[in-house]
Amino acid sequence: MSIGADRGHTPDLAEKLRSINWGLIFLLSIIAGIGFMVLYSAANGSFDPWASKSMIRYGLSLALLLGVALVDIRFWLKAAYPIYLFGLVLLVLVDLHGRTGLGAQRWIEVGPLSLQPSELAKIGLVMVLAHYFNGRTVEEVGRPQHLIYPLLLLAIPAALVMKQPDLGTAMMLVLSTGGIFFLAGVRLWKFAIAIAAGAGLVPIAFGFMRDYQKKRILTFLNPENDSLGAGYHITQSKIALGSGGMWGKGYLEGTQSHLNFLPEKHTDFIFTMFAEEFGMAGGCVLLGLYALVVAYGVAIGLRCRNHFGRMLALGVTLNFFLYVFINTAMVMGLIPVVGVPLPLISYGGTAMLTLMFGFGLVISVYIHRDVRINRRGESES
Amino acid sequence: MKTRPLAQDKSRFKTLTRRTMMLGGLQAGMVGTLAARMYYLQVLQADKYKVLAEENRINLRLLAPQRGRILDRFGVPLAINQQSYRVVIVAEQAGDIDSTLNAIGTLIPLGENERHRVLREMKRKHSFVPIMVRENLSWEEVARIEVNIPELPGVQIEVGRNRYYPFADRITDVTGYVAPVSEKELTGDPLMELPDFRIGKAGIERAQDLELRGTAGTSQIEVNAFGRVVREINRDEGQPGAEIATTIDMALQDFTMRRLRSEESATCVVIDVVTGEILTMASSPSYDANSFTQGLTNTVWNALNADPHVPLNNKAIQGVYPPGSTFKPVVAMAALDAGLITPDFRATCPGHFTLGNHDYYCWKNKGGGHGTLDLHGGLKNSCDVYFYEVAMKIGVDRVAAMASRLGMGAPTGLDIPNERPGNIPTKAWKLAKYGIKWVDGDTPSIAIGQGYIASTPLQLATMLMRIISNRKIVPHLVRPAGIMEPGKPFDPDLGAKDYPSMGFNPQHIAAVLSGMNAVTNEPGGTAYGARISEAGFEMGGKSGSAQVKQITAAERAAGVKKQDQQPWKDRDHALFIAFAPVGNPRYACAVVVEHGIGGSKAAAPIARDVLRECQRRDPSRRVPPDPMIVADAGPSGPAAPPEKTP
Repeated sequence: MSIGADRGHTPDLAEKLRSINWGLIFLLSIIAGIGFMVLYSAANGSFDPWASKSMIRYGLSLALLLGVALVDIRFWLKAAYPIYLFGLVLLVLVDLHGRTGLGAQRWIEVGPLSLQPSELAKIGLVMVLAHYFNGRTVEEVGRPQHLIYPLLLLAIPAALVMKQPDLGTAMMLVLSTGGIFFLAGVRLWKFAIAIAAGAGLVPIAFGFMRDYQKKRILTFLNPENDSLGAGYHITQSKIALGSGGMWGKGYLEGTQSHLNFLPEKHTDFIFTMFAEEFGMAGGCVLLGLYALVVAYGVAIGLRCRNHFGRMLALGVTLNFFLYVFINTAMVMGLIPVVGVPLPLISYGGTAMLTLMFGFGLVISVYIHRDVRINRRGESES
Repeated sequence: MKTRPLAQDKSRFKTLTRRTMMLGGLQAGMVGTLAARMYYLQVLQADKYKVLAEENRINLRLLAPQRGRILDRFGVPLAINQQSYRVVIVAEQAGDIDSTLNAIGTLIPLGENERHRVLREMKRKHSFVPIMVRENLSWEEVARIEVNIPELPGVQIEVGRNRYYPFADRITDVTGYVAPVSEKELTGDPLMELPDFRIGKAGIERAQDLELRGTAGTSQIEVNAFGRVVREINRDEGQPGAEIATTIDMALQDFTMRRLRSEESATCVVIDVVTGEILTMASSPSYDANSFTQGLTNTVWNALNADPHVPLNNKAIQGVYPPGSTFKPVVAMAALDAGLITPDFRATCPGHFTLGNHDYYCWKNKGGGHGTLDLHGGLKNSCDVYFYEVAMKIGVDRVAAMASRLGMGAPTGLDIPNERPGNIPTKAWKLAKYGIKWVDGDTPSIAIGQGYIASTPLQLATMLMRIISNRKIVPHLVRPAGIMEPGKPFDPDLGAKDYPSMGFNPQHIAAVLSGMNAVTNEPGGTAYGARISEAGFEMGGKSGSAQVKQITAAERAAGVKKQDQQPWKDRDHALFIAFAPVGNPRYACAVVVEHGIGGSKAAAPIARDVLRECQRRDPSRRVPPDPMIVADAGPSGPAAPPEKTP
């Protein structure tokens, strides 16, 4: 342990500031900027009610990101469980006292703010999983009994979220946990078994679903069947997207969205609105920007010298990717309609805040990339 | 051991790197799928979706069904739907809302309240939804707006339908009225959220609301890129509401309402004793049902509520009065039916009745009272002492049981809501209510319909109907469907059901009716002055007065000796029940004149006039209705616009 390069290194504040990934922050800001533009258009060319608020939220979130980034990665290691538990407490509270919106109990009122605890639960889950796999060797990960505990970590928030009922978020939790398991080295045949079991559970889960959720899935399978009822969302979204063509109808010119044929155009279906006005070209540029953010996050994860940091950065990045994929695939009619926002662009405070918190963690991983943390979670220097 | 951690980390870093690459490949594939999907939708299928977007924007609109009409027994419309014109504004086409509203305000009167409501609704609703600015425009107002429409962007005139009651305040207590749906009445049926949907709030409109409502239609329309309707693809008219035929004879109702105007506050019910159909249910003063259709202003509402004549109450079913002497036929039936007296039972009236150390007076307590009377004389003279004797003989519970059988003390089961039960006391009732045992001293006042006893005018008419018909008939206002079907012979008795028998001895019925006949038709009867003298139309009856407030000793000392020296609200109620024609009774009638003092003086003449008119119209109820009356939509309203629409 005497070789200098292996000893680990704790940076001072000046070093920290110098090694902040301004490139990543720039990318995020570009995407958020596109978001303001689309929200301005969604309000028929007005900053109110969405664009202006979203800008303020982004400003606050950016400050949070920088604050989180400068905090030592070992603090976040210790904070993983408290944050996770706090998320769980909020989920229970929302179940007891939450505000109902669109048929599900998802919101909790804190003074003037409305919080969506399920968003906090996502980030908390990634943190505790990273913490857990930091303490496991490849051999241990290979043994099934070591997977029971992390599955439990997933099951509690997933069950609470399902109860709201918020199928989209529950699916996000399962998928990002699956992704982290995969990265941690869980054998591929185990995934095969899990997927097979999941497929077997589908009919049972279908029985537990609310009517509107069943309808959405049936509608997804055959949207044209019900073009004025539940299939309305998908049909209108496809019409808006398709009519945008290669180059789009032009900024503020999207007829489908401005005539209110497109539902939820400032939240879940915002990508449709963007692609109607900017066409396939605009859509691909936006997807490209998202891909760059993912690549940035992966690079940071692989550059890190402690396993907690690696898992955390890759987990957050994977989560981000899933958001983007599920939302865009949904509006294009590739998967059923689920309530997942488009990161940084959809109007929504909690999602923006937790997302930027997540990228604060990623940058913190980069700043503290050379800190060594052993399997018991102690730093070695 | 020392090098283990590093080696372990290396191996898991190796795994992680490999897995990250695999996951990255998968993600790249997923993004590729997205791009391919976008290519498919936005390039390959772009033309198809462009066409859909340009002209095939399907919009679903709900069409409010036409509310069913309410008709009288001959098909005369009591509640109809009338075209009305309203001015609406579409926010996204209007530009500057304030200046547009100002411009409208210079053409038609527009209150501050209406402006606020428009602005409030505008914030809540989609910008392409038309918002109602003002309803019920007069023809002149429509013309003024139409002429100026080029200067009023986003403003349109729409044609809607309004509920209209041609007889205004003369049948309101039967039809009830409709009003805008309140927040807590919403059931989730989108039909109820339509701006011109109205819900029945009282009377038939409320009792038969679901039948009258019908089912909503839908219209699928194509809307172009600017929100204009291109064409209608599909139209489902829905089901208009059913027409409800009532048992009311509107001409008689109208006559009765006008007749009641001679009194400050009065009510009159006429029932067909064969079928139980209510021909007239009048309560005066009443209110104009049309005033509720558009929502009532606070001033009018407060005035209606503060009026001591309670115009909002249907006094025929919501007015509760001591029946007074009109209760005596019930006491007589109870005693006869129990076999404790015969019509020949005699009692002597010295002007008072002594029980223990207390004297109960007859209304005629001077000059030695009525002397010795049988049942006939007791009813004819309305002798209180005679009925004190009878009631003491049979006890309160037998009287109460008979009253209940005859339909008193509980709602009669009338087919409109808010009927009050009244009260018929029994020994058990008094013990439960006051915790005091019934004493003999309580019984005499029951014999003359005073004390704890209370009933509605409809109950009095029902009581008389059941004595006459010897059947447990339930009074009703709705005739069975199909009555007005063209080509079908008109059956005036339709609605008569095989009601169970009351089981009275016909001789007992004859004895009571004969006594009531003497009240009006024998000289010396209490209402002889109000008899019907036309041959074949004669009525029998029973008068009653219900004490509201006793004249106190202090008032007596101050010189108040007579009822009409008291303030109006302290005077006795005047009641009269009657049937006609006496030979073969067909109609039962109950009249209450609130604070009218004397039954035979104030109430009997009304019963006489109404029953005479009723019988004069009788033949008309026995022939098929004139189809012309059914076809005619009835008199049109005062603000009815010309036929042609702009």
